Amino acid sequence: MSTIMEWIDKRLPVTELIKSQATEYPTPKNLNYWWNFGSLALTVLIIMIATGLFLAMHYKPDAALAFKSVEHIMRDVNFGWLLRYMHANGATFFFIFVYIHILRGMYYGSYRAPREILWWIGVVIFFMLMGTAFMGYVLPWGQMSYWGAAVITNLMSAIPVVGNDLVIWIWGGFSVADPTLNRFFVLHFLLPLLVFGVVFVHLWALHAVHSNNPVGIDAHDDKDNLPFHPYYTIKDLYGVGVFLIFYCYFVFFAPNAFLEADNYIPANPMQTPAHIVPEWYFLPFYAILRSIDFLGSFSKLAGVIAMVFSIAILFILPFLDRSPVRSFRYRPLSKQLFWIFVANAFVLGWVGYNPPDASLFSGAIPLILIGRTSTAIYFGYFVILWLVTALDIEKPRPVPKCL
Amino acid sequence: MAIEVEENRRDFLILATSAFGVAGVAAAAWPFIRSWSPSADVLAQATSEVDISPLQPGQMITVPWQGKPVFVLRRTPEMIASAQKGDSESLPDPAKDADRVKRPELLVLLAVCTHLGCVPQPIGTGDYGGFLCPCHGSHYDTSGRIRKGPAPKNLEVPHYDFKDANTLVIGKALA
Repeated sequence: MSTIMEWIDKRLPVTELIKSQATEYPTPKNLNYWWNFGSLALTVLIIMIATGLFLAMHYKPDAALAFKSVEHIMRDVNFGWLLRYMHANGATFFFIFVYIHILRGMYYGSYRAPREILWWIGVVIFFMLMGTAFMGYVLPWGQMSYWGAAVITNLMSAIPVVGNDLVIWIWGGFSVADPTLNRFFVLHFLLPLLVFGVVFVHLWALHAVHSNNPVGIDAHDDKDNLPFHPYYTIKDLYGVGVFLIFYCYFVFFAPNAFLEADNYIPANPMQTPAHIVPEWYFLPFYAILRSIDFLGSFSKLAGVIAMVFSIAILFILPFLDRSPVRSFRYRPLSKQLFWIFVANAFVLGWVGYNPPDASLFSGAIPLILIGRTSTAIYFGYFVILWLVTALDIEKPRPVPKCL
Repeated sequence: MAIEVEENRRDFLILATSAFGVAGVAAAAWPFIRSWSPSADVLAQATSEVDISPLQPGQMITVPWQGKPVFVLRRTPEMIASAQKGDSESLPDPAKDADRVKRPELLVLLAVCTHLGCVPQPIGTGDYGGFLCPCHGSHYDTSGRIRKGPAPKNLEVPHYDFKDANTLVIGKALA
C-alpha cells in the first residue's frame, strides 16, 4: 500500500495535499457551533447535486410534459417521491445554512481584512444559489412556478431602454413558455456544478487566509490552532447528524411544509393565482421590492435596484465596517445593531408573505408602512454600522491577546 | 533605440492579437446569444382571431394571443361613462379613453400587469370599477388605465383590427 502511495505521490503529491489542507490543516481551537454551517451547506450541496442528477433522469423539460413528469416521479418512479422530497426540502435547509453562515460572518467580522476576497466569493455563491433555486422552482411547472417565473423575469423589464427586449430574449418568446422552461432546466442543471467549482475557490481563499474565530484575532502559533482532523472532522460530522434528524423529519413526515399548495395546479398562463408568494427564502427581498412604491413611474426600477442592492451591499460591507475590532463579541453597539438587523429580516419576511394590501389591527397600520420601515432598517444597519465605526462612536471592550 | 522599437512592435502585436481574439469571441458568441431570441415558430403565432358576437354588454372573455392573455370586454354605457369621466382626472399615465378603443363599447387589453406581468382579475374587481392585479395591488379603471398601486403604465392595448363586424383580429402578421 505505502509503495503504491509513494509511487503516486512522486507524480501527484496527494498525501501532502491531504495533510496540509485537510488532516493537519491548522484550525483555530475556539471555533463554536456557528462554524459548522459552512460544512453543512456543502453537505446539502452534495445531496442536491446527487438527488438532482437522478431526478433529471426522469424529468421532462417540456411545457406540455413537465408537470406530468413530476407527478410521474412522485407516483411511478421507484423512490421518486424520496428523491423529489429530498431535493425540495434540501433547498430549504440549504438557505437556512447559508443565511446562518452569512450572519455568522457578519457577527464575528469574518468579512474583514484579510478575508475580503473570501467574503466576496461567498456573496457570488449566494447570488448563484438564488438563481439556481429560482430556476429550479420553475421546473415543476405549477401555478406558483409559472407566475413566480413571470414576476421575476419581468423585473428585467424595469431596466431602461433594453429592458423589454431583454425579457423577450430571456423568455425566447412573448411570455414565459416552453423555450423558457427548457433553458431554465439546462441552467438549473449547469449552475450547481459551477457553484460546486466556486465553492472550491471559496475554500482556496479560506485556506490562504485561514479561518476567523469567535474572538476575531489572528491565531498565531500552535497553541492557538488544532489540526482539522480529528477535532473538526468529528465536530462537523456531529453537525451533519443533527441536520439529518431535522431533514429526515421534514422529508418523511412534513414534506410539503415548505411547498405551496397552488404549485400542484398545472401552470395556466391565462390566470394568475389570487395570492402569489415566492419561496420563504426570498420573502425578505420580495418585501423590499414591494416596499418601494412611492416613487411613481420610477417605483418599479427603484424596487428592483433596492432588491438587488440589498444583497450586493454585502460586497462593500468590508469597507463600511471601520472598527479596529473584528468580532462583535467586544463591540456592544454593533452587537445590538446586528440583532436588530436579524429581527428586522424576519419582519421583512413576514411582510413579504402577506398580500400587499393587508394591514394590522383592522386597517390601523397598513402593511406597506411596516414594509417601508423595515426596508429602511435593513439598509440603515449598513449605514449606521459605518457611522458608528467610522466616527469612533463605539468604544470596543478590551480584546484578548491570544485565543 | 533598437530595443525600444522592438518593444513597440511587440506591444502592437500583443494588442492586435488580443483585439482580434476579443472580436472573434464576440462574433462567435452572437449565434449563441441569438439562439435565445424567439424562434420562427414562436414568431409565427402573431395573430389571434376572436368571434365577438356572443359577448353581451358587461361580459368579458380572456383569449390567448402570443401565449399571453387578452381581455375582450363589451362595456356597458356606465363603464364607458366612467372611463370618459376619468379623462379629466389626474392620471399616473395620462391617456384619453377615446384613444384606447376603436369602438367605444369594445375594450381590448393585454391582460399583463405593467408592474411585474401578472394577469389582473376580471372587470369589476378593482377600485374604479376596473381590474385588480392580485400580485402587488395595482388598480386599473374601465379603460385599463392605472389608477392606484405600483404599476407604472396603463394596461397595453394590443394592435387589433376588425375583419368583419363580429371578428376581432388581435396582433399584426409579421413580415
